[in-house]
Amino acid sequence: MVPGDAGGGLMRGDLLADPVEGLDEALAAVDAFDGALVAGLLRPGAAQAAAVAGLAEAVAGTPLTARVAEAAGRVAGGAAGEEHFVALAAARGALLGSVHDALALRIDEAVGRPTPEEESSPAAAEDKSSQAVARPEHGANLLAAARSWLCDLARSGWRGIDHESVAGAAPVVSAMLPDPELRRRATLLDGFAAELAASCPGATLERVPVRRWADLWSRALLLTVPGSAVERSDGSVTGRLLPLGVDVQEHATAVQAQVHAVFEPADGGAPRLVRAGVSAPKPDTVVGAGLWQLLRPRMSLLGAVSEGRSMELDAMPVTAEGDLVWDDERARAGEPADPFATARVRLSAATAARVAPLDRHPVRIAVPVLLEGYAAHSEEGRLAFDLAGQRLAVDTDRMPAAGPLTPEAVAASHACVGLLRWDAGEFILQPLAVETTVRKKTVAVHAGAWAGGTTDKAGVRAEKAATDAVAVLRERAGRLLRK
Amino acid sequence: MGVGALSVWEQSSTARVMAPARPRKLAKVPFVELADGRLQGVVSSGSDIGRVYVSSVAARTYAFACSTNNNRPCGGARGVFCKHIQALVAEAVLQYGAERVARYLAVEPPDGDPDAQALTAAMTATRPVKDDSSAAAQVFSRFLRHLAYLELAPVTSPLPEMQWFPATRAVA
Repeated sequence: MVPGDAGGGLMRGDLLADPVEGLDEALAAVDAFDGALVAGLLRPGAAQAAAVAGLAEAVAGTPLTARVAEAAGRVAGGAAGEEHFVALAAARGALLGSVHDALALRIDEAVGRPTPEEESSPAAAEDKSSQAVARPEHGANLLAAARSWLCDLARSGWRGIDHESVAGAAPVVSAMLPDPELRRRATLLDGFAAELAASCPGATLERVPVRRWADLWSRALLLTVPGSAVERSDGSVTGRLLPLGVDVQEHATAVQAQVHAVFEPADGGAPRLVRAGVSAPKPDTVVGAGLWQLLRPRMSLLGAVSEGRSMELDAMPVTAEGDLVWDDERARAGEPADPFATARVRLSAATAARVAPLDRHPVRIAVPVLLEGYAAHSEEGRLAFDLAGQRLAVDTDRMPAAGPLTPEAVAASHACVGLLRWDAGEFILQPLAVETTVRKKTVAVHAGAWAGGTTDKAGVRAEKAATDAVAVLRERAGRLLRK
Repeated sequence: MGVGALSVWEQSSTARVMAPARPRKLAKVPFVELADGRLQGVVSSGSDIGRVYVSSVAARTYAFACSTNNNRPCGGARGVFCKHIQALVAEAVLQYGAERVARYLAVEPPDGDPDAQALTAAMTATRPVKDDSSAAAQVFSRFLRHLAYLELAPVTSPLPEMQWFPATRAVA
């Protein structure tokens, strides 16, 4: 804890406002390359060739130098093969990885967090990854099909997409989804393809999400490299899990809930920041409380979150990135635990795991923080917290609709547990829970309060509507399938 | 920070491109989608619980088709949009918002905020023809693919890429 911090809670907002050295240069190279993808790389013009060459220059002096320079040359000549697109995606990933690292370091300074745990041993980590590459990957033909689709997208560019070209992803996604080992790739391709399909034809798009689609394209392409999506296991953990809050992510046909928590090892070791996630594919008409209904049966932790309880873990598997791979058999309900108490007493001492190289991208930054003593105000409809003179934008849009936490409650709050993120050039706070004062009493409101179920009137209505939707789908499916 | 040339939205990794579907009651029209260059879906029969209609309207031409799951043509869809197609348009507007439906079908409603009625009127005013190359089999298989998502088990291994798809309170 940092007692007596001038109104900034546990965070130094001034450090977040300082420029980060080298950031603009790295992002300028990324932006130029992303711009080249808008018109496509089938017959690149001079400006596009220069943008691709600029990406190669930006990684000069790294182990990627030769491969990326060769790829840039092939692209300029309109003769790029799949391996060349993969090399460019890797270069782009490396640049954004450096941006991630610089921003993550700045956040560690601002929140006064202990530096991340060291890799157990670099040699061991290398050993693990080389094993992964050596093993012939499962679904290699599907990965190749995905790569081919993605390379065609790069050639046509976002302006060149049409229904036919985008539909090429559907058979790949359908074949990947049922296979748990390919779920990660399938979920990304599915969400990306749906967005492209909704934006067809590209030629008449009013505006293109330039950074976003280049992000999704390059990440998907890198994940087609065998061995790229292997989880690095870090054994298992035993001890007490103290939830801080729930972050929900969704696209039309998938949802993931991630519980951010502090883990206290039973052996008395230092507390750790961990996450526990559960995800599921879904029909696009299952929304709101229906998302909780899909996820709830697979992870008892969601129930514990709603009840405000800790959980006792016994040999729960964990990845090297600090993700618990949840198994209900290895968890039981513990004592009541207030997330605000956890944040006030445990958060600043908890260490975070290192992020895997492939996952180092600014979008991955989601650091649990506790803020107190701020002034909330609204600018052009956007909420911001004033932290001792420093403005921090608040993203209330990310709070799940099927939950009691509203933008109004955040605006009226005096304490907030949230995730510190970064996007489009600025730090942003995503509230997970707030404390407000109602009739002179402090009341906590949690975004994930309905995760395990609710007795709230609006919540019960939402649950009923979601149950009905799924029941109708199953009934209709049954009748159609019998014909 | 960042580069001035691109707008904030263009520079955002989590720019919202599509709003999630608005919740709606599924009993009447269990499935509707904008795909394959058509507004298409499955409409429950009002009189026979065992029957469904597969209905579609093509983008730009508004060529329409409606038949039962046993491939019998719908009696109401001879010269004009039958009630199933009208229900399909209405539910599509509920799920996706009128603007997205209008853009996909390339309909220019006369004025102001479009609604389902205005979209239907604008399309029928062009005297669209019946689409005989019925897409029923294809729509039906898309519906089954859609339903298959309910049968896929949840997993607890992390999906880091979902960070690109934050939840949103906005609706279509």
